[in-house]
Amino acid sequence: MQLTVEFGGGLELLCDSVKVHTVNVEVPNGAQKLTMRDFLTWVHKNLIKERPEMFIKGDTVRPGVLVLVNDCDWELSGQLETTLEEKDVVVFISTLHGG
Amino acid sequence: MEETAAKPRRSGGGGRQCCICHERRPALKRPKTLEQICRECFYAVFEEEIHQVIVENQLFKPGERIGIGASGGKDSTVLAYVLSELNKRHNYGLDLFLLSVDEGITGYRDDSLETVKRNEVQYGLPLKIVSYKDLYGWTMDEIVKMIGLKNNCTFCGVFRRQALDRGAALLKVDKLATGHNADDIAETVLLNILRGDIARLSRCTSITTGEDGPIPRCKPFKYSYEKEIVMYAYFKKLDYFSTECIYSPNAYRGFAREFIKDLERIRPRAILDIIKSGEDFRIATSTKMPEQGTCERCGYISSQKWCKACVLLEGLNRGMPKLGIGRSRGLNSNQMKTDKPTSRTKSIESKQCGSLDF
Repeated sequence: MQLTVEFGGGLELLCDSVKVHTVNVEVPNGAQKLTMRDFLTWVHKNLIKERPEMFIKGDTVRPGVLVLVNDCDWELSGQLETTLEEKDVVVFISTLHGG
Repeated sequence: MEETAAKPRRSGGGGRQCCICHERRPALKRPKTLEQICRECFYAVFEEEIHQVIVENQLFKPGERIGIGASGGKDSTVLAYVLSELNKRHNYGLDLFLLSVDEGITGYRDDSLETVKRNEVQYGLPLKIVSYKDLYGWTMDEIVKMIGLKNNCTFCGVFRRQALDRGAALLKVDKLATGHNADDIAETVLLNILRGDIARLSRCTSITTGEDGPIPRCKPFKYSYEKEIVMYAYFKKLDYFSTECIYSPNAYRGFAREFIKDLERIRPRAILDIIKSGEDFRIATSTKMPEQGTCERCGYISSQKWCKACVLLEGLNRGMPKLGIGRSRGLNSNQMKTDKPTSRTKSIESKQCGSLDF
């Protein structure tokens, strides 16, 4: 499944300062769909290069990190249970970094 | 500035609608009210709430010159944009200026100031930059070279606050607006409770401070949630800079900030409730508060003979940078005569660059 991931609000610093990533993600074995829960694990493992604690806490994003799926707050679409589809855009924005 | 965005393919539950217009798909869930609203209604309620805060608290008067503290970060960028919009929409009749402080941190402040210079052009607001080098003779790079990473935030926080006042005086503004938001204020309430700092606790929830000082400051975003400020900036595609200060790389790990964010996740309204608690604290009239006077050396407001900036500056210039570090305020009226600083428990360093003073 091809997805676009954007990091903002300073989170790009955890990913070699790259803001936009186009990625191919496999649906987990046996699953019929890809959820944000699976995708977070994938991002954590494959895209985050430093200070993962700024991004992940427990099994979800760290409080203070906002998540949008196709420009819609993931709190409206089920958060970790949000189902992703081909060519979706997932944005992670940190409110923790200052400026 | 705003382009037509493709409609999101899904929203919470099939076919759910914005709870305000009942027409468009919701784009976010407001932390303050838990309402699910669309982008257009979000812009409207976000801006209108700030307008109501400005009007109800009489933050500005027609004809006033208002400086906006501009760091290039999300809060000050959104503040500059929103104040500019509301000034036009509601005919406040204000002259608005951007005011930035250049701490002299290579690789950090020079980049963020480039953002403010772009904002100056984008929003049509004149920009004034004051630097530590000009005011104090020292850049933060030089200060850190002298004292190392520990405690450098104390210097920066003290110098920046005064630099903003000096810059505001140069611009001849009547008031200075800062982008402190609800999350910042709730965090400061907690910190001041933990520190038992009664003087600051009574000040930190005020929407306007310093009315008896050089230039009053106000916080139009006092009740605005950080999530909404970030979402507003994102949807409006506002140009802002966000990175860590290189001299306080762990500032964001502060206990109080993390705690506030954890609370917000559990019950978002907690942020407003903490502010309300801070507002409702009553200080016994018998409690002695520091008396405000002026610094003998530079004339700035001070409850001591010398203001904090002059004490720190004296230490730097004499090659004794620890002077003024770690002493409790008001405990040592002869501090300029003390040869050796006593060691004390350091304040909790939570906010970036030590900007706790409201």
